[in-house]
Amino acid sequence: MRLKLVPSDTSINFLKHRRIAFIFSLFLVASSIGLFVVKGLNLGIDFKGGILIEARNTTGPADISGLRADLGQLGLGDISLQEFGTPTDVLVRVQRQEGDEEAQIAAIAAISSTLGDSYDIRRTEFVGPTVGAELAEKGMLAVACALLAIMVYIWFRFEWQFSIAAILALAHDVLSTVGLFALTSFEFNLATVAAILTIAGYSINDTVVVFDRVRENLRRYKSYEIEDIINKSLNETLSRTVMTSFTTLLALLAITIFGGAVLRDFALAMIWGVLIGTYSSVFVAVGFLSRFDIRHQEPDDGVDVPETERS
Amino acid sequence: MLQFQLWKKLLVVAVILSGIIYSLPNLVGGNAASFLPGQKINLGLDLQGGSHLLLRVDVDAVQQERLETIAETVRQEFRGAKIRFSGLNLRDDAVTLRLRDAADAVQAKTIFDDLGQNFSTTVDDNIYRIAFNDAGIVDMQTKTIQQSIEIIRRRLDPDGTKEPVIQRQGLDRVLVQLPGVDDPEAVKRLLGRTAKLTFQLVDTRMTAAEAIDRGRTPPGTVLLQSASGDGRSYVVEKRVMVSGEMLDSASAGIDQNNRPAVNFALNTVGARKFGKVTGDNIGRPFAIILDGQVVSAPVIQSQIFGNGQITGDFTVAETNELSLILRAGALPAPLIVMEERSIGPGLGADSVAAGEIAAVIALLLVAIYMVLSYGLFGALADIALVANIVLIIAALSALQATLTLPGIAGIVLTMGMAVDANVLIFERIREEIARGRFVLAAIDGGYKRAISTILDSNLTTLFAALFLYIFGSGPIKGFAVTLAIGIVTSLFTAVMVTRLLIILWAERKRPSKIIL
Repeated sequence: MRLKLVPSDTSINFLKHRRIAFIFSLFLVASSIGLFVVKGLNLGIDFKGGILIEARNTTGPADISGLRADLGQLGLGDISLQEFGTPTDVLVRVQRQEGDEEAQIAAIAAISSTLGDSYDIRRTEFVGPTVGAELAEKGMLAVACALLAIMVYIWFRFEWQFSIAAILALAHDVLSTVGLFALTSFEFNLATVAAILTIAGYSINDTVVVFDRVRENLRRYKSYEIEDIINKSLNETLSRTVMTSFTTLLALLAITIFGGAVLRDFALAMIWGVLIGTYSSVFVAVGFLSRFDIRHQEPDDGVDVPETERS
Repeated sequence: MLQFQLWKKLLVVAVILSGIIYSLPNLVGGNAASFLPGQKINLGLDLQGGSHLLLRVDVDAVQQERLETIAETVRQEFRGAKIRFSGLNLRDDAVTLRLRDAADAVQAKTIFDDLGQNFSTTVDDNIYRIAFNDAGIVDMQTKTIQQSIEIIRRRLDPDGTKEPVIQRQGLDRVLVQLPGVDDPEAVKRLLGRTAKLTFQLVDTRMTAAEAIDRGRTPPGTVLLQSASGDGRSYVVEKRVMVSGEMLDSASAGIDQNNRPAVNFALNTVGARKFGKVTGDNIGRPFAIILDGQVVSAPVIQSQIFGNGQITGDFTVAETNELSLILRAGALPAPLIVMEERSIGPGLGADSVAAGEIAAVIALLLVAIYMVLSYGLFGALADIALVANIVLIIAALSALQATLTLPGIAGIVLTMGMAVDANVLIFERIREEIARGRFVLAAIDGGYKRAISTILDSNLTTLFAALFLYIFGSGPIKGFAVTLAIGIVTSLFTAVMVTRLLIILWAERKRPSKIIL
């Protein structure tokens, strides 16, 4: 007996629900943009500049309120403290200091001496304002270039309609991930950009598998309605889509639970990405595709695959 | 029907074998691995602990300093040649002056030409403007950075054992990656001062208090603060008698009162000058100046040659650091820390341990799930998955790519995604069987039909990894590298290795039907 999350033969009419999916996705993207504009992202020091220090109390649980009072007296402005991973560990975030880089370095020295001997400083990160702006610029450039390259590749391998549908689905995934970060106030840092690009890679992977099947079925069932072909393709690949999403989620779950505090946010972002990427491949990408008249655009390359095919 | 040429079989075996060989040093550890060809994986600073510093070399300060020298040279040369001029000053990165008499232009030009090819002089209505030309700026930048890198290396790695990465980045930046740092603050202290050491006579004609009162010092002197932060000042002659370049050695020691001090010895040239100055000025205070601050100003008791001592309000640690910095030499320009990421060795080790646990658990979860879903074929895919991990480790070791914490996440993620190719193939085989094909034909058809999908989907993910690599920095680059390697190796193992295994199985069992 085999474990099957999805039965082998499904005939779900996905496109029937495309109006609901479209409204849902529109709402998701619109509210993401709204949250991004109104609430903004909780930018980490990678982009905003500032200081981050992770310290462990070697004598017992970290006295966060005591530390907050001590560090508050340094006059370094906005300081946030939080427990990190275990009760002995504390994460100190300090806003960018007035003045040049030397002021930041002096602030780090002041914090580490205030923490004293009972705290073991495990990590110090400092990003100056110039570097922060550069990293933000590079991050945006990376996402934009990756999306563009993926679009061109799909265009090259499929037809322009596929490419447009894929990029719309990708934009949907990226924007809603940004929206999630705005909503939850999770820290948005370099690792988040990496997560977003990996989400884009994962989501396009899913979309390409479905598109591949659509293209194949377009050639095979010349007399079918486009909607039927798309539905058939989605059903044929559904088992695989769910299967792969599930194994990826298993791996991500292992990172979230056992991978340590540093990787947790990254893994959580990826889990969201796998869910939204799977949804968008099934509903958003093909939803757009079904609006295009792809049949007449499909060139007859002479390699018709008849129903009783090659082996 | 099921074709898998001999060379392909041999290729699979050869790749897997070399994968095992190259990944072995990571398991064996220590020197036992010396007979193996490969090396261990290069762990990133976030895993082995260490400091990553992005420094900006303040080239503008050097430019300013050079132009000040130029201004001084021109003043002296013009005086010597009896050329009359006015309004000699330094502003907007250029030295400007006005010739009183246009007839001196020819003579002035030879003086300007002697300044060197790094400078260009323009003239407009008898006003001359001397500035660095484009080539001169580049030359000055390059020399300053090269010299800075050399000094940084001598300060951070005086024994040449720590293997720091110190390299130029962009126009005026230096990247420092120093593994295994316990105290990142000490690293910054070592780089935080230029350590220009000079010995200058104190001018006793006017006390510091008088100079502050009058708001000026006698000509040729300057008012300098005390380094100890006690608020004292000294009126010091501008003329540098002996400077740090003439140091032969410096070491931590103690003075006659048993307080920590730095002992130094001068080279021959320095010793001769030092002897002459001290001999001529017995009874006058002699200021020891470090980076523009007076460390101490002892009164010269007797003529001193080669050796001396710097005393002050030092701790033992400070004398150790100061003597190290003095031995390494002065930086040509101040260094400004633009970015720092320091990881303690404890956190690094914890991250490696957490990453390993996460990887093992992810592997087990995925492997069990594959067997539950596809039975025997799932188990074959699991073998390919293990082979995939071996190949990733081998590739990272052989390429000496840096494994970072996000890189470990990349490997774990690859495990989840690597089985995708096999899932695609197995689902195709299922369909082929559902169409009533025989076992071997179904397997063959499944592979053939899945392959273009697999290529398309993996290549697009590879694009994302490529741009992460191009635009990412540090740990993110590490993530991109493992993701890219993982995509390539998983393509190989999922397509070639499982195929070989399935064919071997089919040849032995000659199955009449398969259950998927």
